[in-house]
Amino acid sequence: MREEGDVHADAGEETSARRHRPSKPSGVFEAVAQDEAFVTHVHEATKSLDAVVEVRGFNLWYGAKQALYGIHMTVPRGQVTALIGPSGCGKSTLLRCVNRMNDLIPIVRTEGGILLNGDPIYGGGTDVIELRKRIGMVFQKPNPFPMSIYENVVYPLRIDGVRDRSVLDEICEKSLRGAGLWEEVKDRLKESGLGRSGGQQQRRCIARAIAGEPEVLLLDEPCSALDPIATGRIEDLIQELKGTYTILIVTHNMQQASRSSDQTAFMYLGRLVEFGPTEDIFLTPHLKETEDYVTGRFG
Amino acid sequence: MPQAPRPARPGRRRSSLFARGEPLVWLTGGSLVLCVVMIVGLLALVLAHGLGTFWPGDVVMIERADGRKFLGEVAKDETFRPGPERLAELPPGARASVEAAGGEAGRRMLRTGNFDLTGSHYTWLHSYEIERETRPEWAVVVERLAWGRFYGFPRGFLIDGEAVATDAEAAWARFEEHHEEAVERRARLRDLETHEVGRSKRRVDAARLDRLEAELEHGRDSAEWREADAAYRDAEERSRAEVEELNVEIGELRELQGRYVLVLETADGAKKELPLSEIVRAYPANRLGLGDSIAVYVSRWWEFLSDDPREANSEGGVFPAIFGTVIMTLIMSILVVPFGVLAALYLREYARQGTIVSIVRIAVNNLAGVPSIVFGVFGLGFFIYIVGGGIDETFYPAQVEEKRAVFGTGGVLWASLTLALLTLPVVIVATEEALAAVPNSMREGSYACGASKWQTIRRIVLPRAMPGVMTGMILAIARGAGEVAPLMLVGAVKLAPDLAVDGTFPYLHPERSFMHLGFHIYDLGFQSQNSEAAKPMVFTTTLLLIGIVVVLNVIAITVRGRLLRAQEGR
Repeated sequence: MREEGDVHADAGEETSARRHRPSKPSGVFEAVAQDEAFVTHVHEATKSLDAVVEVRGFNLWYGAKQALYGIHMTVPRGQVTALIGPSGCGKSTLLRCVNRMNDLIPIVRTEGGILLNGDPIYGGGTDVIELRKRIGMVFQKPNPFPMSIYENVVYPLRIDGVRDRSVLDEICEKSLRGAGLWEEVKDRLKESGLGRSGGQQQRRCIARAIAGEPEVLLLDEPCSALDPIATGRIEDLIQELKGTYTILIVTHNMQQASRSSDQTAFMYLGRLVEFGPTEDIFLTPHLKETEDYVTGRFG
Repeated sequence: MPQAPRPARPGRRRSSLFARGEPLVWLTGGSLVLCVVMIVGLLALVLAHGLGTFWPGDVVMIERADGRKFLGEVAKDETFRPGPERLAELPPGARASVEAAGGEAGRRMLRTGNFDLTGSHYTWLHSYEIERETRPEWAVVVERLAWGRFYGFPRGFLIDGEAVATDAEAAWARFEEHHEEAVERRARLRDLETHEVGRSKRRVDAARLDRLEAELEHGRDSAEWREADAAYRDAEERSRAEVEELNVEIGELRELQGRYVLVLETADGAKKELPLSEIVRAYPANRLGLGDSIAVYVSRWWEFLSDDPREANSEGGVFPAIFGTVIMTLIMSILVVPFGVLAALYLREYARQGTIVSIVRIAVNNLAGVPSIVFGVFGLGFFIYIVGGGIDETFYPAQVEEKRAVFGTGGVLWASLTLALLTLPVVIVATEEALAAVPNSMREGSYACGASKWQTIRRIVLPRAMPGVMTGMILAIARGAGEVAPLMLVGAVKLAPDLAVDGTFPYLHPERSFMHLGFHIYDLGFQSQNSEAAKPMVFTTTLLLIGIVVVLNVIAITVRGRLLRAQEGR
């Protein structure tokens, strides 16, 4: 709450000069009331970007309850895209659709398609296991495996059947360096992965996620279980990974979204409301709902 | 009904005893203490009885008023109140002493042994009959191969029927000189008589069965039969020569064994000549120092742990029973753990959680509550009669023709399978709990890396659940090793002639019946002819059974601890 308040205050100071036009109501409430899809307001600057992931008219149901309504969205290459919105708006659900983690829930039903670099993610011919190898994912709570740090990091290669020690060593070092951890853990690679602080565990999970050279990195509220210092380090890490990797991050933390992302998508009750460059979304949102949310007036 | 507000009474404002929870602390604490006391009491009882059995006690000589003398170890002392008729029969002096003690008298059970002479192992002596009690220096306790113990005095030593010693000390010196050789010769004799001759006979038997099989398959005038017949005759011929050769050695040893004889005299003055070959152990009980006593104690324990039983199991050792218990428990664990883990994996990881899975889960849990004898009956009906009988029909036609069963009778394999079934719910439940305790985030993490379901189970879920699986195994071992009732139906026997593992091909003989410590305890306690002598052995064997279960558990717990430490990197 406090952080959202801070955002509000920051935004208030900075935007007083820049708020040149009043934001207009979007009509998202009407869409919700009539249980319809909503036409996303996408900023012009975002439309032209090269997309790695392309979501096309995606609907999702948990049993009889619809959770995502006609989502159209693109994740631009080499940038950090943040998904924000109040609890239960479907951010995590959308994120987990990209690597089909929702397949694990038996009652989930989907409609529409998602493309990863042009390849369909949904559809009969897709090999889910191969797909997931092209996508890295980091979860809310650090989930290191019950094995050594080394084995944790090279796990994606192990399951691919890589046995060549030199390849594994190289990838391990590269991934840990990528996650800014190499200096910290290089002397105890053989120790258990379960110990140590949550922040370090989460960075090890990031190392594991990038070990498989993914085309997209999905971060599902990666800092929600961490203290502010650890959060700061993860955010720094996201900045370092940007460019090399395309990142899609779900966050509850406005500050984090405004600090570390290039594009921001605001979701509300299963609809994608507004999608545009982060600065615009936070400073000069086109829609009233977005403004209300990013300034902390609701959500 | 309206009530006037009560005035505050500060002095009495105390919450009730129950509200403060004090009595519940006492109740719960008391229950725990009761449990601990029972466990400790049980262990203490078994320890006290079990550890004392083998300690060599003093030998006392008791002279009764009627002049009879008794020599033996005190087994029990108790007081009792003689009835009026009994008192009336007593001589006046004895009656006066009983009356002086308030109508109570003591009686003492003396282990007098010498069953072959007296017809009983124990004698009751009443305190008022006892004239005198002494501890004669040369009273000797002799443990024999047959007839139980002998109590007496050494009076001489014969070699080839010639007396080489005539007094106690000299006879004893001679005994100590020659006894060890006699023990070695006896071991060699037993080896020759039972194992070597037996092996030779078994070869002939196998050849004969081969011939019978050839007859059943090809008929009597086939080439195969003639070949088998020739092999059989050859084997028989060779065996005859072998046995003859062995018999020569056996004869020589027997003759040697007969040469040395210890002459003993009982308290009554009867003479008894005991060949050294018959004597397992002898010691002058009242001359033993502490060191000698410990030596006797240790040697008895060693015999108990390493030897075969004698005298309808009430003497000698229990090695075959220890071996049978351990091997059966091991085979059971090897069978039950993989099977139970696979079943639990399907239930928890693959099966769609719904009504059917719930019903299966309830059924599995209820299986743990089925009386164990039911499993025994199932083992007998299914494993032995159907599976074992089927194996015999298919692979051992010759034995079937002779109405002999190989797998179609109780054996260590069937006992292990029956117990595996019995302990399966324990393993399944423990494994399921362990699997359920693996955080879902780990599974998701693995899937997100592109792992398949099996890879996730194999690399993440199972290693993480392993300590829980080990817990299930520990519980299964504890339950399985102590089970007796079903074993009586599926292969545990009073005396097994051969161990399930030995030096003859194929080394492991899962079809053989076996001895089991639990069954051995039952047998000692209820089926023994010499029940007084067997009673202490019941406790000693119980102590051993507890010990074995503890050892098996400690091993499993150590392994589990290693796994846990390896995982947590401590």
